[in-house]
Amino acid sequence: MSTQTKKTSIAAPGDIGRALRARQLPLLGPRIVLTLAVFAGFGVWLATDSVFRGAITAWLVCFAIPAWSVFIEGSRKATDRLVTLLVASTFALAMVPLVSILYTVLNRGLSVLGIDFLTFSMRNVVGEGGGVYHAMVGTLLITTAATIISVPIGLFAAIYLVEYAEDSRLSRWVRFLVDVMTGIPSIVAGLFAYALFVLFFGEGVRLGVGGSVALSVLMIPIVVRSSEEMLKLVPNELREAAYALGVPKWRTITKVVLPTALAGIVTGVTLSIARVIGETAPLLIIAGATDSVNFNLFGGRMATLPVFAYASQRNPGVPPEFSIDRAWGSALVLLLLVMLLNFVARLVAYFFSPKGDR
Amino acid sequence: MAKSIDVSDLDIYYGDFLAVQGVTIPIAARSVTAFIGPSGCGKSTFLRSLNRMHEVIRGARVEGKVLIDGEDLYGADMDPVNVRRMVGMVFQRPNPFPTMSIYDNVLAGQKLNSKRMKKAESDDIVERSLRSAGLWGEVKDRLDRPGSGLSGGQQQRLCIARAISVEPEVLLMDEPCSALDPISTSVIEDLIHELKAQYTIVIVTHNMQQAARVSDETAFFNLSGVGKPGQLIEVGRTQAIFSNPTEPATEAYIQGRFG
Repeated sequence: MSTQTKKTSIAAPGDIGRALRARQLPLLGPRIVLTLAVFAGFGVWLATDSVFRGAITAWLVCFAIPAWSVFIEGSRKATDRLVTLLVASTFALAMVPLVSILYTVLNRGLSVLGIDFLTFSMRNVVGEGGGVYHAMVGTLLITTAATIISVPIGLFAAIYLVEYAEDSRLSRWVRFLVDVMTGIPSIVAGLFAYALFVLFFGEGVRLGVGGSVALSVLMIPIVVRSSEEMLKLVPNELREAAYALGVPKWRTITKVVLPTALAGIVTGVTLSIARVIGETAPLLIIAGATDSVNFNLFGGRMATLPVFAYASQRNPGVPPEFSIDRAWGSALVLLLLVMLLNFVARLVAYFFSPKGDR
Repeated sequence: MAKSIDVSDLDIYYGDFLAVQGVTIPIAARSVTAFIGPSGCGKSTFLRSLNRMHEVIRGARVEGKVLIDGEDLYGADMDPVNVRRMVGMVFQRPNPFPTMSIYDNVLAGQKLNSKRMKKAESDDIVERSLRSAGLWGEVKDRLDRPGSGLSGGQQQRLCIARAISVEPEVLLMDEPCSALDPISTSVIEDLIHELKAQYTIVIVTHNMQQAARVSDETAFFNLSGVGKPGQLIEVGRTQAIFSNPTEPATEAYIQGRFG
């Protein structure tokens, strides 16, 4: 029964409850402020006809929560609320371009999307009609070939780095060069592929497989890096368990290490595909553009979705609106392909992840 | 089955660092030998050198002789993979393969080496190994479930079943009970008693009561100071070591007067 001050560090038995409790904002308080902020934002939006001003107003009103909290709850919880607010605002800020892109692409692209759009090429089409079938075929073939080139190279490099290199000089060089490769601008990858194929086929060569080579230059470093991280995550105990059973190293890698890391490796490969499937510049140089369907990676020009979108937007013809619509439609198809790919990767990761973790 | 081990004047290195120095110890067939000693004295390192798991670590090497029934494990023409098929090992932390079912985990030694077997034959091996490891009754209805779904003690017994399914001559156990509760520990100790009839067992343990309970022979390792190599101080019948050790250091360690 001693001190009555607020700062009781050593509380007498009767004061223990007071020492442990703390004053709090009313439970609904922050929500009410948030609601007010939204209304204020809408008000300013309607009054000034500016979304930007409305959003800023709503954001500023939100700072009432930490300000209020300083007086009621003290500085520790006020700081917590302030940082929560800042984190939430940066998240919202990051969502703006994503939502904006999704909305615009869906809004402009859905109108042309249909069976015809997906099953017709642009051959002999002037004005209305036509589709992206040829570009879809091209994108799928070129990307698949790029994956077939990149995954073995990338995965074997990662296996070498994690399982065999043991910090040798060669491995340090490989890591350094992979890092350098990650930073190669995509146009340079395209020029590399072009220069490579010019050696064999002469100036002006346009080949689908050249596009695959260019894309795989961009893919390989991503595959190496992500697979390396995944292989490192496999516990050493599993390798030792296999060695102790008299299993040779190569079988340990193929039958224990790779299956354990498979889900992560597949996710990494999918992300790398998603990264290159939308590349335009290298394909513009080496794969070119065409209006016809071309199933042959080794036979001439090949259309791809990003290049098709670019060309339709750049040279729309007269009247331009049909071509512009097709550009948005192909952008939407590309977006759907990437989402489908991510979905498949999720499924693969789910079914191949080590049992017992589900 | 079951072979004796003769180690003579073995030095074990990590790179340039001498970790264990001058170990000479005979290990009889069909017996349990326990290694005791303070942390960092080289018990586990020495144990790992008995099936050439030591050299998995980069820069690790040994000098000296390890003879199994007269054959030098470190002879120039010895294949470490074959050595490990003959000398099995159970680790401190249970490490069943997470991608495999209980059934496949027991058969891992065969499956990972792509040995072809008839279904009946592999069923037989699985049942016999799990029975020897005292796990059959608990898992016989869920052999297709993942091994990582078992409890810690069950996982460790699964790892023992996996080690004995390849029918090694010698079984090395590196603190197999340190992560387990007393009940699982006593199950595994009973198991060691049964396995002794067929295998030569070497066990590292921090638990001196356990060493006294399960082993026939006990070896005490110690190191004279930080950065100095570990050494074998004394080896003998477990009863003698625990009741009447010849070295004062052994007595001090066993009585807990260790500085």
